[in-house]
Amino acid sequence: MNAVDTALTGKGAVKLVSGNHACALGAVDAGCRFFAGYPITPSSEIAERLSRRLPEVGGVFVQMEDEIASMAAVIGASMGGVKAMTATSGPGFSLKQENLGYAAGAEIPCVIVNVMRGGPSTGMPTRPSQADVMQARWGSHGDYPIIVLAPASVAEIYSETIRAFDLAEQCRTPVVLLYDQVIAQLSETVALSGAARQSATRSWASGPRGDYKPYGGGDIPAMARPGDGYRVHTTGLTHSESGFPTQNPEAVTRNLSRLLTKLERHRDLIDSWETHGCDDADVVVVAIGISARAARRAVETCRSQGLKVGLFRPITLWPFPETALREAAAGARAVLVPEMNNGQLRLEVERVLGGTTVEGLHLFSGEAIAPADIAACAAALAREAS
Amino acid sequence: MILDTAAEFDVRAYLRPEMMPHFLCPGCGHGIALRALLWAIHDLKIDKDRLAVVSGIGCAGRLSAYIDANTFHVTHGRSLAYATGLALARPDLHVVVITGDGDCLAIGGNHLIHACRRNLKLTCLMLNNEVYGMTGGQVSPTTSKSMLTTTTPLGNQEPHFDACALASAAGAGFVGREVTHHVPKLKELIKAGLEHPGFAFVEVLSDCTEIFGRKNDMGSSPEMIMRQTSKIRPSAYSNTVDTPFRPNNLPTGILTKNDRPEYGAAYRRATAERAGAS
Repeated sequence: MNAVDTALTGKGAVKLVSGNHACALGAVDAGCRFFAGYPITPSSEIAERLSRRLPEVGGVFVQMEDEIASMAAVIGASMGGVKAMTATSGPGFSLKQENLGYAAGAEIPCVIVNVMRGGPSTGMPTRPSQADVMQARWGSHGDYPIIVLAPASVAEIYSETIRAFDLAEQCRTPVVLLYDQVIAQLSETVALSGAARQSATRSWASGPRGDYKPYGGGDIPAMARPGDGYRVHTTGLTHSESGFPTQNPEAVTRNLSRLLTKLERHRDLIDSWETHGCDDADVVVVAIGISARAARRAVETCRSQGLKVGLFRPITLWPFPETALREAAAGARAVLVPEMNNGQLRLEVERVLGGTTVEGLHLFSGEAIAPADIAACAAALAREAS
Repeated sequence: MILDTAAEFDVRAYLRPEMMPHFLCPGCGHGIALRALLWAIHDLKIDKDRLAVVSGIGCAGRLSAYIDANTFHVTHGRSLAYATGLALARPDLHVVVITGDGDCLAIGGNHLIHACRRNLKLTCLMLNNEVYGMTGGQVSPTTSKSMLTTTTPLGNQEPHFDACALASAAGAGFVGREVTHHVPKLKELIKAGLEHPGFAFVEVLSDCTEIFGRKNDMGSSPEMIMRQTSKIRPSAYSNTVDTPFRPNNLPTGILTKNDRPEYGAAYRRATAERAGAS
């Protein structure tokens, strides 16, 4: 970090930074002390920033040989007790899914940033997209829980990066920070207040070794730190409370049932969303990231024309804030989902709202959706509804 | 005398009794390799609480679960990458990787060459039994020429990897090979690897008796051990055992040793210097 950065990282400092820079600042403020990554557009600035900053705070940066290895190294560091993260983009995120599943199954806290770009495959590396909504939730094989946060501004990238680390530690889970290339490389002002706060710490095993069960004792079991004398086994195989592999149907079911429901039981910590003008809305627009910001403008446009249009913006994208959406859209005749993909978020909204008319506005040209286009769609739906 | 601790070494002190009986097949060489590793750890008085063992997938990968230490059974081929993160984050731990020939050289080949190049302090034990045993006996990157496997029904025509030559060429600070036939020598080699300040790659020629041996009609477990290399066949067996099934006279012992800077220490030194300068 250069002298200007250092001078401005005091409590409450306001700084003009890019989204990726804000992510790096948030990570360090959250206590991240390990980063492993692999160069990929448009997320490389995070790695570049942290390669300079982490050594200054006693942390470690390593550029690994590939995306797979960087995800593995992050999990390795976290198993050693250090808060760790990686950052990537679509194709790299695909490669991370193998070990991301391990982190979910073995319950290893870690943070993965995915700055979405156009796809499929190599797609449009320098163009924005929101096409990893479903990959972020379902990308690895098997059933597993995961938290995905979807910030919509540079300031929110900073605060959600911090929240991502807190949730990872509190819930013993990988957390994905999912945002698009527009806000990744957009510069906005951020109040850097996070360094002064108390970050969440992991629950570590304590007490006699004989009493400790690596996957027993509550929804989110305490982890054993190497060196503390517990000498436990961690595996990607299905395991019992002891941590050792098992295929006993009852033991497998017991542990997986706990794993698959643990986030649901901590919704109070995890859920986060924002609404604008949903109370009387005939049409509710549901959007994330840069599309939500365009939608916010569209809502204002519609309101100025006397049309009752509101916005529901999931900040925690997964687990999806379904109750909040049902409440926000309770009086709506129609819902509009503008997104930079072919309708991924829309699928989830349709599932949650069942019966309600859900329209999509899908753009996958590598351009952000314009407020005027959302306003036109929302206005048409509102006029049909009234 | 390399046998001097044989009497006092009790392997049970380093194993997890709750994981017994183990799942290795009768005659499998991996148990011998595990014993040699634990013997080396005993000789060096490595604190079990500070010992971290990271293993991949396959028969070799399952060994970590038997060791009374901080053990991590990770994804296929990725053990070196996990271990890199762990060792960089926790330089106070002694990190050992146990991997197999398929795990290390095929799916994990990229991680191996870069671990060798990076030269972070890790000890990588690659148990080479020339076959994917756990999945039923498919050809691996080290399967010898003409050998039968379930995916080379006409005999293997692919050339095999010389893992030690690969590791040396990629820059590993310490490279060695030994056979399970010579347990004390194997123990000494692993010990030297554990003591090496940088990345140490130790290949263990181990035997898959039940799958690879049976498929190729190589005789009983003792017969397979006797055929590990031509050099080590006692004359008593010369009439009962045919030629070695592995390429003749694979060199054993310490094959490469250099004092290239260890990565973790170099990184921490550069960091400290930078902090001092600012």
